[in-house]
Amino acid sequence: MDLRFTDEEIAFRREVRDFLASALPEAIRAKLAEGRKLSREDLTTWTRILHAKGWAVPHWPVAWGGTGWDPIRQMIFRDEIQQLPAPETLSFGTSMVGPVIHTFGSEAQKRRFLPRIADLTDWWCQGFSEPGAGSDLAGLKTRAVRDGDHWIVNGQKAWTTLGQHADWIFVLARTDPTAKKQQGISFLLVDMKSPGITLVPTRTIDGGWEINEVFFDDVRVPAENLVGKENEGWDYAKFLLTNERNGQARVGLSKARLRRIRRALDAPADGSASPPAGSAVRRRLAELEVEMRALEMTQLRVIAAEREGGEGRPDPASSILKIRGSELQQATSELLMDVMGPAAAIAHDEAADEVFDWARGGAATYFNLRKLSIYGGSNEIQRTIIAKAILGL
Amino acid sequence: MNFDLSEEQRLLADSLAKWAARSYAFERRRVISESPEGRSAEVWAELAELGLHGLPFAEADGGFGGGPVEIMIAMEAIGRALVTEPWATGVVLCGAVLRHGASEAQRGELVPQIAAGDLVLAPAYAEVQSRWTLSDVATRATPTAEGWRLDGTKTLVVHGASADRFVVSARTAGERSSPSGIGLFLVDRTAPGVSVTDRPTHDGGRAAEVRLDGVVVTAEAVIGDPAGGLPVLERAVDEAIAAIAAEAVGAMDAALRLTVDYLKTRVQFDRPIGSFQALQHRAADMFVAVEQARSMALWATMAVGEDDDAVRRRAMSAAKVQISKSARFVGQQAIQLHGGIGMTWEYAVGHLFKRLTMIDKQFGDLDHHLDRLAAGDGLTEAA
Repeated sequence: MDLRFTDEEIAFRREVRDFLASALPEAIRAKLAEGRKLSREDLTTWTRILHAKGWAVPHWPVAWGGTGWDPIRQMIFRDEIQQLPAPETLSFGTSMVGPVIHTFGSEAQKRRFLPRIADLTDWWCQGFSEPGAGSDLAGLKTRAVRDGDHWIVNGQKAWTTLGQHADWIFVLARTDPTAKKQQGISFLLVDMKSPGITLVPTRTIDGGWEINEVFFDDVRVPAENLVGKENEGWDYAKFLLTNERNGQARVGLSKARLRRIRRALDAPADGSASPPAGSAVRRRLAELEVEMRALEMTQLRVIAAEREGGEGRPDPASSILKIRGSELQQATSELLMDVMGPAAAIAHDEAADEVFDWARGGAATYFNLRKLSIYGGSNEIQRTIIAKAILGL
Repeated sequence: MNFDLSEEQRLLADSLAKWAARSYAFERRRVISESPEGRSAEVWAELAELGLHGLPFAEADGGFGGGPVEIMIAMEAIGRALVTEPWATGVVLCGAVLRHGASEAQRGELVPQIAAGDLVLAPAYAEVQSRWTLSDVATRATPTAEGWRLDGTKTLVVHGASADRFVVSARTAGERSSPSGIGLFLVDRTAPGVSVTDRPTHDGGRAAEVRLDGVVVTAEAVIGDPAGGLPVLERAVDEAIAAIAAEAVGAMDAALRLTVDYLKTRVQFDRPIGSFQALQHRAADMFVAVEQARSMALWATMAVGEDDDAVRRRAMSAAKVQISKSARFVGQQAIQLHGGIGMTWEYAVGHLFKRLTMIDKQFGDLDHHLDRLAAGDGLTEAA
């Protein structure tokens, strides 16, 4: 047992950090620091910079643009992106549908889609949840019926994040209504420009437009856009959701936010007195820092186990990452809002605010991040997974 | 970064697990903890045979050359089996005092005896007013012609009544709370002027009050600089914190296993109570708490050898905070999920709960370490 990073890993972290710091455009850095939303153009610009360096999809197979880094280096890379902070690539493409395509897709699908996902030529969104199928995802009702060389899709998807920018959507649809719940589902790739698709924004409590409803009305999808085998989409969906869970600890983001809280306590932007050592707010900060460190170590344990056991055999501790990762992000956003004091009340629009710009995104982020313990399998679902799969209850 | 145990480390873990299953079943533990000494010379000898007592010492000094990982493995087993022997205090803590403070001659004399199980040390640094402040020392050491004369009262000396010698902190100079002017002295339990009052503790062990009335020791009894003992003691306590963090993980894991087994077998409303979601989720939360504690025990193990005092201390405080929080939650929920049976003296889970509760009280509790962290620079500096 040697629990230190090797010299090579430390040098790798330095290399990543130096590159990211020098390559991140100032305008994007400023937006992130100020808590403003990034545009599609911002994320495209950044993805192309990473892509030119060969780092847009490090976790993919080398043949499709991956770097061949081991799991520890992948973790270091994610951590450095998150803690700078720099934007993460669009997860719906690079972490969700991309791995499904390179693992289960046809050669033609790989050649057609993967390069365009890697450099964000195509913006993907997710068509899984429905109004009647949330935690019970397999209860989905969207139908796909074969008609010659096409599937005809009818139904409604909900909570589709950033669908307003999307070129493509990956969809779970029921292709065998007579089969048992999980067994009649297929995984389809659908062009968002197809006739019959309607996108309706859902405004969220933070005031933002991030999620959408997507309606399918006799949408014709070429048969070649079925991934893998008909009626086996649930397996691909489970594979995708497991990948999604493992990426949700986002320790680096919490680390960056904890640093921001410390700076705000040491030099309050509103000119108030800095809270003394031993004050309640500094103890809250210390407590969250400990939780961050514990989560970081747990993440390393999960990654090390994955390296030993091979992918697809995650350490039982992996279920913790979703629960504690989301809770820590929520708790840090809560503390940051609290540290801002009464100024957190201001609901900012896009215009600059000369007096309260430093409080931009404080409460809004807190409101927005309540989603973390709901999506990707709610934290209650995660607890049931631990109880059943790990504890055997 | 590699979490795997070496072949030797795996053997150590296996042999301890086998020993605990064979020789330290809960019933024997109960008999031992209720005996007058609250521990067993026989068990101490068995642990010596397993090679435990020489573990933290260099081979050159007569030890077995183990390090923080070996200590972690041993302590996790000790925690799991609720062993009442003073290994964390006698071997890990006092051993660290010797390793970091003692002369080669002292180590050469003492370490082989410790490794053989023939010499049991007990750290006597606490005083009734000092709580966890190691620099708060009212006991005086006055120079004499032949050495030193010690006067004062030490408290909460773990298994002090059955120890052979104490490692006593005493003030050779300065005011009561001054960090300098503290010396560390080896004192025989049977020396003239030493009187020991034994008290039982809730975790099945014993804690002694050690009165020193004009106790005379030679100059050779001083460990290191008679005015510079505090950094050595602090470092030793840090090593003990890493050790009991692992002990807590072992005890928590045992409590979780007992609880899950109980949930699977206890039937109410015609079904095992583990089929109820409220209880499933509570058990899942216990699992998360145990694993987060395990992560921090590993981090403490990794950081305990750090020479930079500030860095090492911050890591120990962070580990202790997580351990205390997890231990309290897991202990309380283990009792709750067992219902009435968890409240009974005859059942192991209550004793695990009590040891977990007392681990918080050793070497600084949650509030103490949170205060230390909150006064520092935090844990988010770039790695």
